[in-house]
Amino acid sequence: MYKTAVIGDTASVSGFAALGLSVFRETEPEKIKKLINKLAASDFAVIYITEPAAALVSDTINKYRSKKLPSIVLIPAIEGNTGDGMRSLHEAVEKAVGSDILN
Amino acid sequence: MRQVARLNVNPTRMELSKLKTKLASARRGHKLLKDKRDELMRQFMDLIKENRRLRTEVEAAISEANRYMAVAGSVMQREVLETALMLPKQEVELEVGEKNVMSVYIPVFDAKYRTSDANDIYSYGMAFTSIDLDGAVSSLSEVFPKMIKLAEIEKACQLMADEIEKTRRRVNALEHIMIPDYEETIKFITMKLSENERSTTTSLMKVKDMVLKQSHNYH
Repeated sequence: MYKTAVIGDTASVSGFAALGLSVFRETEPEKIKKLINKLAASDFAVIYITEPAAALVSDTINKYRSKKLPSIVLIPAIEGNTGDGMRSLHEAVEKAVGSDILN
Repeated sequence: MRQVARLNVNPTRMELSKLKTKLASARRGHKLLKDKRDELMRQFMDLIKENRRLRTEVEAAISEANRYMAVAGSVMQREVLETALMLPKQEVELEVGEKNVMSVYIPVFDAKYRTSDANDIYSYGMAFTSIDLDGAVSSLSEVFPKMIKLAEIEKACQLMADEIEKTRRRVNALEHIMIPDYEETIKFITMKLSENERSTTTSLMKVKDMVLKQSHNYH
């Protein structure tokens, strides 16, 4: 059985604890990097990470893009939606098609 | 524009027949890969649309939960809020399957909940917590199945984008490099061989003339 993790600042991720997800309150790039690597190596299949936290560790996240597991998904933080999640979608289209044909 | 390069091979019949086989399989491979690319692309476009729709929904729902959470955080003490959420009753485990889409293996997630009671998402008594916390938790729990679906589709899109890029490169390499090179080399060998043949014929005729001249004194 696989587990689900949520990474981000306390205010943004606390609510997910009630759903029974594993919540990690981290905001420092180095710690988040280590955490993602650790989670990916163990039995976490899905990692939700807030957009501001993801922006700090985009290298690590890109590393897992082409791997089958885990699936790392960007979610808006409590400060609001930065649009980074949608942007990664556009990047996928650009990679596949050669140009961004969405919009 | 790249110059078509002739391969570095000896102009022999052996090489010619080898190259012809290679050209045939390159053409066949090109056609197959092109079909694969087109089909991947078609499925990818469907997935991307679904992905966009889901993401918009999930982002809206999480933003709503975050608004509730912000209010809850302002009316409750931080410690109380944290304690309320510290020991969840609900637990989610994922079963991970696999789906094969045009030989791209994409994961399929199936969420299993420890308790089936919908009220078990509230891990706290109602007395000391703000109603906004309930709102935050319930809107998160409502959107959670969609979040799982989003994780699945987003991964599928990433993996398929990778595969499409790879396939496109292969198609282009075959179409613009390998096939023209083979054709050029085959042309070169064919020309060289027929030239050899002509030169053999000519020298034979010459020899024949000489022999005839010697034995019969022909002019």
